[in-house]
Amino acid sequence: MSKTSQDEWTLEIKPVSGWFHFHLKDVWRYRDLLMMFVRRDFVAVYKQTILGPFWFFLQPILTTITFTVVFGNIARISTDGIPPLLFYMSGIVSWGYFSDCLTRTSSTFITNANIFGKVYFPRLVSPLSNIISLLMKFGIQLFLFTCFLLYYWMNGSTNVHPNIYILLTPYLLILMAGLGLGFGIIVSSLTTKYRDFSFLVGFGVQLLMYATPVIYPLSALPEKYKWIVLANPMTAIIDTFRYAFLGAGTFNPGNLIYSSVFMIVTLSIGILMFNRVEKTFMDTV
Amino acid sequence: MGAAIKVDNISKLYRLGMVGNRTIVEDINRLIARIRGKENPYLKVGETNQRNVKGNSDYVWALKDINFEVEQGQRFGIIGKNGAGKSTLLKILSRVAGPTTGSVKLKGRVASLLEVGTGFHPELTGRDNVFLNGAILGMTQEEIKGKFDSIVDFSGVERYVDTPVKRYSSGMYVRLAFAVAAHLEPEILIVDEVLAVGDAEFQKKCLGKMHDVSEKEGRTVLFVSHNLQAIRNLCQKTVILNNGELFANGNTEQVLREYNELSRDITIKADTEINNSINRRGKGRVRFTGINLTDEKGNRRYKFETGEKIRVSITFEIFKEIEGLTFIFAVLSGLSRECLTLFEYALSNKKMMPGQKGEAIIEIPHLKIKPGEYPLYFELTDLKYNSYAKDVIDDLTAPLEITEGKNKAYSDDNKPSGYFKMESNIIQNEIYDTNQLTKV
Repeated sequence: MSKTSQDEWTLEIKPVSGWFHFHLKDVWRYRDLLMMFVRRDFVAVYKQTILGPFWFFLQPILTTITFTVVFGNIARISTDGIPPLLFYMSGIVSWGYFSDCLTRTSSTFITNANIFGKVYFPRLVSPLSNIISLLMKFGIQLFLFTCFLLYYWMNGSTNVHPNIYILLTPYLLILMAGLGLGFGIIVSSLTTKYRDFSFLVGFGVQLLMYATPVIYPLSALPEKYKWIVLANPMTAIIDTFRYAFLGAGTFNPGNLIYSSVFMIVTLSIGILMFNRVEKTFMDTV
Repeated sequence: MGAAIKVDNISKLYRLGMVGNRTIVEDINRLIARIRGKENPYLKVGETNQRNVKGNSDYVWALKDINFEVEQGQRFGIIGKNGAGKSTLLKILSRVAGPTTGSVKLKGRVASLLEVGTGFHPELTGRDNVFLNGAILGMTQEEIKGKFDSIVDFSGVERYVDTPVKRYSSGMYVRLAFAVAAHLEPEILIVDEVLAVGDAEFQKKCLGKMHDVSEKEGRTVLFVSHNLQAIRNLCQKTVILNNGELFANGNTEQVLREYNELSRDITIKADTEINNSINRRGKGRVRFTGINLTDEKGNRRYKFETGEKIRVSITFEIFKEIEGLTFIFAVLSGLSRECLTLFEYALSNKKMMPGQKGEAIIEIPHLKIKPGEYPLYFELTDLKYNSYAKDVIDDLTAPLEITEGKNKAYSDDNKPSGYFKMESNIIQNEIYDTNQLTKV
């Protein structure tokens, strides 16, 4: 019995120690589970609703109309000469993906406490699956946005200039997903012990939206406050998105690089915290 | 065959009470200690985990210095009272929670059946859930595809496979969930109290499956249960946990004997385990102050031979006025915990007043029962069995142990343990010859 040598063991369970134990290999091994979660999310969201996936369309359209009326017609905020409908929709669609990613992943530990408490699998699979399933929602909304865009373009709206920077969209998506995931898992790691942070997320995301050029163009901002908005890593992303599809605003590679670095740092911190919490959260959640 | 699991000095510290403002102060203290390169200050103040004793510290050791090894292909039992640390140990083994100190080494894939049906999504169909649940338990898509038919077959819910599981009956739900789990092929299978749910047939199926998995396929099974009979039937080796510490480790029979010694140490007093909702229920109007099994000479013991005289003596005290007093004493089945036989006596039909005390002794001239182990149930109540008047001691004392005596009438080896002497008369007895369809 004692002949078994150390190296034959396939797994060793130890107390949490050190920060740098990534389970990325494990995550890869559980990729089937990742896909099952994505499928579950997608299939289950609109079950037993009559409109079904049509809600994916309805949400941004209704929000866009509201914004157009409130900010465009009543508050008369400039849209850089772009048809207000397109202007707001571009903002809503791209911001929506980021904020969904953040809010969904921020409650990872709490919503999954039941299942996490019973079976082991790399916990990172859960937030990752959220990011991916939200991607589908984004895809559908982007399609809707493109339809509107084409309509305006065909009808000779002179202010709309889609350009080659559209090819940057996948990169922008990665940035948004990374930022959303990064912030989300940082918050979810913190909420296991102190629930205070989950309250913060709710209105935090909303406040952050106003610090991002979603309902106003960067150009409409007084110089004095511009730095606040530019410090926000989401600014460059939304701005580039709008520039690519509508041709309005600016494209500033420097700002985009800033966002990328910000994303990498946030995500790394997030994964570090998440990995650490994943081992102990059952005792504190 | 070598060891499949090696548990090395595992300890687990838990903090009692609420997470609140004080927690953040402690977190900061801990952080300061770490920065200064000192040991976590809260590891030192941990106390043994005795549920019913008020402690001085907010920290308790749910597990303390646990060591054992499990060999490959072995069926290994873990027993202990509520709160002894069984589930904590399993959580560590199945990687759901980490240990505070120590390490565990495992060989091969581990699957835990802590609760069947984990992760079933009510909106998804049976088919989707098989895939989802399988993936959660660590199977790949390919594996599940290959086993899908036999999973559905085993579950017997073929007709409902494309219906959302929220429309299933609870039985169908459990069947499907268990079918998935049963088709996992881990090297180490961890099972926690699945027997607590499900009907007798299902329990049998579970036990049978666990036996097969280890016997035929050489897999290691770790089984946690309160059900001593199930442990005895299934496991070759067993450990006992008591207040988070390893109390005994060895062959099942020997360990079970020690376990009974452990429960024998409990003396029933008015406040024994008062807060334990499972084993002691009641509102405290009347309380047992002592329960003893004795032989006819008055010697305290729990082991009797078949056909021997058994005396049950109790003392009690009234704390709040009640209408009369009834004493109920039952012998339960070791396997299913159902009542095998019940004795009931009205001790008083008058109004009982606070401060009154009493004593009663019941004699069973010859308990006609098979050798085996029988948990005991004691209850005091008023004449109308009002729940507010009850005091129930359910399986808190050591079980009654019956061994084979000189009188062999009750120890027919072909029968399982139990009580077999219900009165009956034969009123029809005819034998037909099926070939001729005439009476013989």
